[in-house]
Amino acid sequence: MEKHSNGQKHTIGVLVENRPGVLSRVAGLFSGRGFNIESLTVAETNEPGMSRMTLVTSGDQQVLEQIVKQLNKLINVIKVIDFRETEFVNREMALVKVRADQQTRAEILRIVDIFRAKVVDVSPLFYTIEVTGDEGKIAAILELLGQLGIMEVARTGKAAMARSKKH
Amino acid sequence: MKLKGSQIFFECLKKEGVEVIFGFPGGAVIDIYNEMPKYDIRHVLVRHEQGAAHMADGYARATGRVGVCLVTSGPGATNTVTGIATAYMDSVPIVFFTGQVPTPLIGNDAFQEVDIVGISRPCTKHNYLVKDVNDLATVIKEAFFLARSGRPGPVLVDLPKDVVAAEAEFRYPKKVEIKGYRPTLDAHVGQIKRAHQLIEKSKRPVIYAGGGVIISGASEELTRFAQLIQAPVTATLMGLGCFPAMLEGPTGEKDLNPQWLGMLGMHGTFRANMAVSHADLLIAIGARFDDRVTGKISGFAPKAKIIHIDVDPTSISKNVVVDIPIVGDCKNALQKLVHMFEKDPLENIDESRAAWFEQIHEWRQTYPLVYKQERDIIKPQFVVEKLYELSNGNAIITTEVGQNQMWTAQYYHFNHPRTLLTSGGLGTMGYGLPAAIGAQVAFPDRLVIDVAGDGSIQMNIQELITAVCNGLPVKVAILNNKYLGMVRQWQELFYAKNYCATCLDAAPDFVKLAESYGAVGLRASTPEEVEPVIREAFSIKKPVIMDFLVAQEEGVYPMVPAGKNISEMLLV
Repeated sequence: MEKHSNGQKHTIGVLVENRPGVLSRVAGLFSGRGFNIESLTVAETNEPGMSRMTLVTSGDQQVLEQIVKQLNKLINVIKVIDFRETEFVNREMALVKVRADQQTRAEILRIVDIFRAKVVDVSPLFYTIEVTGDEGKIAAILELLGQLGIMEVARTGKAAMARSKKH
Repeated sequence: MKLKGSQIFFECLKKEGVEVIFGFPGGAVIDIYNEMPKYDIRHVLVRHEQGAAHMADGYARATGRVGVCLVTSGPGATNTVTGIATAYMDSVPIVFFTGQVPTPLIGNDAFQEVDIVGISRPCTKHNYLVKDVNDLATVIKEAFFLARSGRPGPVLVDLPKDVVAAEAEFRYPKKVEIKGYRPTLDAHVGQIKRAHQLIEKSKRPVIYAGGGVIISGASEELTRFAQLIQAPVTATLMGLGCFPAMLEGPTGEKDLNPQWLGMLGMHGTFRANMAVSHADLLIAIGARFDDRVTGKISGFAPKAKIIHIDVDPTSISKNVVVDIPIVGDCKNALQKLVHMFEKDPLENIDESRAAWFEQIHEWRQTYPLVYKQERDIIKPQFVVEKLYELSNGNAIITTEVGQNQMWTAQYYHFNHPRTLLTSGGLGTMGYGLPAAIGAQVAFPDRLVIDVAGDGSIQMNIQELITAVCNGLPVKVAILNNKYLGMVRQWQELFYAKNYCATCLDAAPDFVKLAESYGAVGLRASTPEEVEPVIREAFSIKKPVIMDFLVAQEEGVYPMVPAGKNISEMLLV
């Protein structure tokens, strides 16, 4: 759970019509207007013909306001979900390939256990680990594994959803 | 019954009431051209696709209808890009149809293939690649709808050759349904009430009107609103004509409207820029706080609360944070405001505004727009004044870009909407002549004048033949100073007179050039010759180029240097 404030990273959800070129409309909007994209994920939703993007950007309130309005202005954008005012959950998945020799293997497995991660591929020299979590958790495991020798990292970028009202 | 894509194309255009297409053929659109003679739609054959784009633009701006442009793939399509961007910046409704290579060849670097949908994405309101002939009618319907609704703009439809050759059942959809497109036209009453309260409290209000007023057809409402709240009105370049600059007196003589401040911004009048700088309330209507208007942002209307009416939410608080945003169609919002002030008029309004109008009058007296007419040499401002006088202010004026454009904005008094067609946002040299042709197509009996510079007229001069062979008697007034005058002026003021690449003393003889095209060429080189040349040009029922040899190093003033407050004007 996080709440955004000034000058920080911001998460925006974008519901789009699943048409050719829609990704480049969104990406082009950001590059053309000088907005930042920290991460961008996109995949189909449960509704046919509709995809959902989650993008993480940064900027002050005025820039954020513009980003939301400009996204809304795109014809293929159905809805923009601005997470500035709402509490939301967000998750990211990372695959991390780590060097695993006799000295480090046990330590890696301990870390995997602590972070509730999974080993998804094993070879004589490497473990590939799958870990899911928010930004802080991913950063923490990468730091720990980094000390043991990371070979490769592939991250999905963030997916986000507003929390449902409790009452 | 099944129709070919090329026939569906024309059936759709008929349904949209299209009367004219500006275009240029080529391999990828040859199927469409093959069907053209069977349909009662006029085609104006241009000499360069950029010309077609600006003609569709001039037609659209002069009429308020959607302009249509048809070109082939590859270079045909890329040649329209400047015209598309011009229309996008100034919110002009145009549908561009571009040919494309057959769908199986797309992506193969085929002959005359270019990804025009990719290229035009950032400068269209929306665009389409039609991959299936069964989608063609729906796409065209949507394209026209998008172009004209909300904040208007250009829409591009890319038509692969095999798609227009294929057959489908023709059904023109009755309604358009685009999930993600619902422009807010109805201004929020709560916001209107809040605006009303601010206006009630204001002592020194200024109305800052832009092109949106013209687009939404709200000139009458604006004039009524300004009258009810007794506020002076300034307009952007795009807004000129939305508020009458001149008023007719009881005996028919015309005098400057005391409520009219003239244009504001970089080359705005002293009184407009001072009024904005001293206002306690700025009412922005269909304007977008462009940098040429605001100068240094922090110094723009520093004492004012701001109300901003615009149909495009992204225009609001983009450059300047406003106090009361009102998203909606200008006409709708103004009608509501007018209604409110008619029901509940401001008390003692004449009295309470007296000091403010006195101050404005004083600014006008201190620094009016002036130039010094000399005995032997024509001043460009004098030419524009004469054009105004001799056309009774009733012409449709187009301009090119640069000094010619600014002098026109300053010295031709625009009293009616859609009488100034000029490339404001993009600043496209070469716009004026084709735009004039487009406007003349729409209004064959009106006087249409392109005020040009000797530089910019050469950017689309090839379209003179289009005017000649289509019997479109546009008049071109070249303010010929043998320079790229606006850049030269900047070099003079800010670059130690280093006139690098701005001298155009190697130029064609514009009179002979006109004659070689079958138009008429006239020249004036002294002030006495100006009026007879204009009179003669107006009397000729053919395209005419008037070549006015004007003072070479005349500048446009007032001028706000880039990055300065608009109150910091250079005055001559």
